[in-house]
Amino acid sequence: MLTILFDGVAYGMLLFVLACGLSVTLGLMNFINLAHGSFAMAGGYCTVVLVNQLGIPFALGLPIAFLITALLGGFLERTLYVHVYARSHLDQVLFTIGLVFMSVASVDYVMGSSQQFVQIPDALQGQLNVFGIGMGKYRLFIIAICGLLTVVLQLILAKTRFGSRLRAAVDDQRVARGLGINVGAVFGITFAVGSGLAGLGGALGAEILGLDPTFPLKYMIYFLIVVTVGGTSSITGPFLASILLGIGDVAGKYYVPKLGAFVIYAIMIAVLILRPQGLFARSTAR
Amino acid sequence: MTTTPTAGDVSAFLKRRARWSPLEAAFWVFAFATIWLFPDKYLILKDSAILALFALSLDLILGYAGIISLGQAAFFGFAGYFAGLVAKYGVINEPVIALICAGFAAAALGFVTSFLVLRGSDLTRLMVTLGVSLMLGELANRYSNITGGADGLQGVEIAPVLGRFNFDLYGHNAYVYCLIVLFVCFLIARRIVYSPFGLSLRAVKGNVLRASAIGIPVKWRLVSIYTVSAFFAGIAGALLTQTTAFCSLDVFSLERSADLLLVLIIGGTGYLYGGLIGAVIYKLLQDWIANLTPQYWQFWIGMVLVVIVLIGRERMAGWIAAARAFLTGVVGRLLPNSAALTGATRDGQ
Repeated sequence: MLTILFDGVAYGMLLFVLACGLSVTLGLMNFINLAHGSFAMAGGYCTVVLVNQLGIPFALGLPIAFLITALLGGFLERTLYVHVYARSHLDQVLFTIGLVFMSVASVDYVMGSSQQFVQIPDALQGQLNVFGIGMGKYRLFIIAICGLLTVVLQLILAKTRFGSRLRAAVDDQRVARGLGINVGAVFGITFAVGSGLAGLGGALGAEILGLDPTFPLKYMIYFLIVVTVGGTSSITGPFLASILLGIGDVAGKYYVPKLGAFVIYAIMIAVLILRPQGLFARSTAR
Repeated sequence: MTTTPTAGDVSAFLKRRARWSPLEAAFWVFAFATIWLFPDKYLILKDSAILALFALSLDLILGYAGIISLGQAAFFGFAGYFAGLVAKYGVINEPVIALICAGFAAAALGFVTSFLVLRGSDLTRLMVTLGVSLMLGELANRYSNITGGADGLQGVEIAPVLGRFNFDLYGHNAYVYCLIVLFVCFLIARRIVYSPFGLSLRAVKGNVLRASAIGIPVKWRLVSIYTVSAFFAGIAGALLTQTTAFCSLDVFSLERSADLLLVLIIGGTGYLYGGLIGAVIYKLLQDWIANLTPQYWQFWIGMVLVVIVLIGRERMAGWIAAARAFLTGVVGRLLPNSAALTGATRDGQ
């Protein structure tokens, strides 16, 4: 029971790191980016290449994966995404689904369609027994990293100048522009960092989530659930939503194995019907 | 001073809009001529016809009512399994009746789920429609003793249509069957779209607030068109099951709904032929690319989507309109009498 809870929390933390970039970009530009999972996949494959083939240590591979996906995200944002912000939601959906298809096929072409595994250092394998609860060391590691990231993100958002600019831009883009905030640049940086975080999440999660070319399609719905259920106005909403989703999914798959995902979708629809703005969103509708 | 239009004016206007243009007639004559023109292409033609019907169903809610949906596959798959199961267990043997029943089953599902899409923004609708189709996929997987699970529904035997026309190996009868069903459904959709009901849908799409201010019951309009659209999607799904005697879990997949959006975007939304033309182009494109690179055709499909969006659908619609004006001109010159009617073709826009 507690092991399930523990696994669920680890899973949820991972989902949060994967999806938090998406929630900020969605809230900031009202842009539906279905291709977010592609960045996560890019991060995962980067780590596979770096660690398995080039023999770079795992601890160094993770930040490099973050940097590479952040650069990739920033590059695509400046070259392709900027043209689509002002378009209708339908165009955005089409555009990003097109990107997903392209990324799936290219990864299939370059890396093959089989599932990939990242070699995890021995120190992170095996289990720890704390008060009679079996905890995987790797999961503990994920919780530590993701928890740390969450705190850092929250601090950046709450305490730094960039954070307050970002919050201002999310709250009201036009007024923020009027105050002289360069919303485009803020958004570009946020997009890059968000993609980088997704890449880091993909690298960390390769072990738990599985990494193959269909990754962006498989987990797209999970990211979207985190964002829609959590709301886009704060970072705590998506965080709580991811933890709930993680625990719900792990518990669902454990207790009712074949109906696991069904439970998640049902809960999501129920939440969206009852609270279209998200479970933890502020009541002021925009 | 402008005079207030009378009821007579309105109905005359609607009748003028709904008149068949020579180009439309030519389209359907050609469609039926393919039965004799391309006897070795029945398989791809049949797939195109089914896809066209499916795209037509999405166009009704997307192009006319403005609802973005990623879950049209829910109705397609539901009716597909329905048609497969009734045929397998011999509940309804006659394919035509089974087809209509499957359509109504999908419509019932559409009616129930339509209340879910009434609320929320585009993103919420996207999630809810997608969620419904994924849930059905999970259910079909869960109850694999009924649906066959990941192996697909096997052992489906379809009786001859109307007791006479068997589904032969070459797919001739299957294609004719699909084409006729497509044509009948198209006629129904055309009637709906050109009716006052169809006009009110356009008003809803244009501006929900104003539409309700002039007395259009927005909620019920959306519920009805969503149900009708589910009916057509269901017919398309049932057709696929009947003509292939097989049904598998991928009928519920996200790719199916996403491809459908692409079809509609290629052909253009908001006029009924968009889905039809888009389906033919998409199938030919897919066939051609799949011949070039069997494994990676998805890449090029994705690229087409990205390029279309970057170019801009409005610009492409401009090109299509120009092409259509040109074609209408050609047809008009061939048939001088009909030159006066050509205005009707552009009314779709």
